[in-house]
Amino acid sequence: MSGQAQSGPAISARNLTRRFGKLTAVDHVSLDIPRATIYGFLGPNGSGKSTTIRMLCGLLRPSEGECVVLGHQVPREAEQLRLKLGYMTQRFSLWEDLTVQENLDFIGRIFGLAGDMRAARIGERLAQYHLEDRRDQRAGTMSGGQKQRLALAAATLHEPELLLLDEPTSAVDPQSRRDFWESLFELVDRGTTILVSTHYMDEAERCHGLAILDRGRLVAEGSPRQLMDSIDAAVIEIEADDVRGARHALDGQDFVKSVAQLGNRLHALLAQDRSDPEGSIRKLLEQHGVQGKVERVHASLEDVFVAATRFDADEKAA
Amino acid sequence: MSRIGAIATKEIRQLRRDRLTFGMIVGIPLLQMLLFGYAINFDVRGLSAGVVDEARTSMSRALIADMEASGVVRVREHAASIADLRRSLRSGEVSIGVYIPADFERRRLDNDRPLAQLLVDGSEPTIENIARAFVAMPLPERPGMYRTDRQVFEVRTEYNPEKRTAVQIVPALIGVILTMTMTMFTAVAIVRERERGNLELLITTPASPLELMLGKLVPYVFIGLIQTTLVLLLGVLLFHVPINGSLWAFYFASLLFIAATLTLGLIASTFAETQMQAFQMSIFVLLPSILLSGFVFPFDGMPRVARWIAQFLPLTHFVELVRGIVLRGAGLAELQVPIYKLLAFTAAALTVVTLRFHKSLD
Repeated sequence: MSGQAQSGPAISARNLTRRFGKLTAVDHVSLDIPRATIYGFLGPNGSGKSTTIRMLCGLLRPSEGECVVLGHQVPREAEQLRLKLGYMTQRFSLWEDLTVQENLDFIGRIFGLAGDMRAARIGERLAQYHLEDRRDQRAGTMSGGQKQRLALAAATLHEPELLLLDEPTSAVDPQSRRDFWESLFELVDRGTTILVSTHYMDEAERCHGLAILDRGRLVAEGSPRQLMDSIDAAVIEIEADDVRGARHALDGQDFVKSVAQLGNRLHALLAQDRSDPEGSIRKLLEQHGVQGKVERVHASLEDVFVAATRFDADEKAA
Repeated sequence: MSRIGAIATKEIRQLRRDRLTFGMIVGIPLLQMLLFGYAINFDVRGLSAGVVDEARTSMSRALIADMEASGVVRVREHAASIADLRRSLRSGEVSIGVYIPADFERRRLDNDRPLAQLLVDGSEPTIENIARAFVAMPLPERPGMYRTDRQVFEVRTEYNPEKRTAVQIVPALIGVILTMTMTMFTAVAIVRERERGNLELLITTPASPLELMLGKLVPYVFIGLIQTTLVLLLGVLLFHVPINGSLWAFYFASLLFIAATLTLGLIASTFAETQMQAFQMSIFVLLPSILLSGFVFPFDGMPRVARWIAQFLPLTHFVELVRGIVLRGAGLAELQVPIYKLLAFTAAALTVVTLRFHKSLD
């Protein structure tokens, strides 16, 4: 794949919109995903991650807007895309009553892999994803992590140029998640483009590029580093013995957009335009008689996420 | 082609592991055989009749008029010879034949011999009873012609001389069982993949909708043939059902019917969202099929609306076909009408399916 002449982004979407009746699940999303990168969709449940992915692989028709995937107009040319695309659904969608070997064999035949080639490829994937000794086990009897490795093996059997992964790690333990991400980076090294949706911050942080989705809209985009550097808020960390008291002090203040507790620390997001944010917080704590150390810190991805999703929610509620 | 093979292989593997469905493939025919082994008979009116009047006297015409006046038969056809009459009986155009011999007038004077003969299609359950009723029917007394105290007709039951219900029921039962299993299995098999999320994956593969459907249907064609053979075998062994026609014609008719019921199942699958709904839809098809197809009640005796609805049920045409072939020994050439109707049904159903089955989730 990597030797192939490639031009333009792997995915390019303009004003992609999908309505289900009165609900707008995806609302004018535009994005460009460069080739051979891992691009993440970060967002809470119902933010439109799955719907966007389904539109990109031609499963759903956009109500508005257009997208070009690997040079093909979708959904019009979706059929030409099939051989270049691997898709891993949110739910395990292989056959639980078939064995690992039978599932892979079926997928291989569907993708038109001839006998010897198919057997070789299946053997390769089984080794790669540590499924060799599960070969004859029914998929339904395997653990979440094993199922997910099988799903990835199936999705990559035909060596697709683009891999769409819809919350691939939602039913998987942390160790398996880490292994899974290692495999993704191996694929990217070989030139595969990966689009992955998640609601885990640590996973989002591993992506080359990231789009934060909220109620169908793209609210922030960039590399994790860019997003953290350019957060539209001042992040103030408060370390206090009386954390509850400190929190109480910040309650009901307009300029405090959000407060989150992390052990005996608080992370407060303040409106960006506020001058001297630390001073304002110190003053508030003094007024409430709470002792504490106040410090402006670098934003974490979680802060970015909260700033991008919650601020907006407040505005809407107002 | 290899994709269809891949899908069919997968389907068979899954089927082999699904013990319940696998059990039903054999269990349903067995159970139905026992349940329908005993059928109920009903009175009928308006049976289509064919007449051979070799006497051609005013008296013979009066007899036919009296029979029609009773409302039980409607004369559809005046045949030239008894051979023609038998042919019409065999093709199913008429279900009762009236033969008035040339010596009708002479027989009138001979008290030992009946005046005329009724030929009855014994492959349908209730017609034979009607003939009995005719024999006992109080035809109006016509002085100088015949009196009610003497038997006008002699009854001859064709194709099922011993008048055994099982003989009438078993061939048509094949159709009932296939309607039940083919429609249900296909609808459920497709809806199950949608319900379990497999379809979402399949849609993103290069398999086309046609390949998906054909691959899924192929195994069920074989299951249908197995069931057909099973019921026929049981019918012959347990109920001594005679196979008067050719086996080749029988399997040809069965294949036509299997194709029709499979497409019916496909239609159901495009409407149903859950396996439960698919199951209910197959019952929705099954009940009118049993009641209106002529399986239990003679088709001729039904009100016009019911007969009209029955035209849209493949079982109606299969019952006509299979009784013709197995019991009356008719060849395919004599049964062209039901054959074309079945083909038309399958073609129309396939069109509906292709229009409704899109390779997307919307």
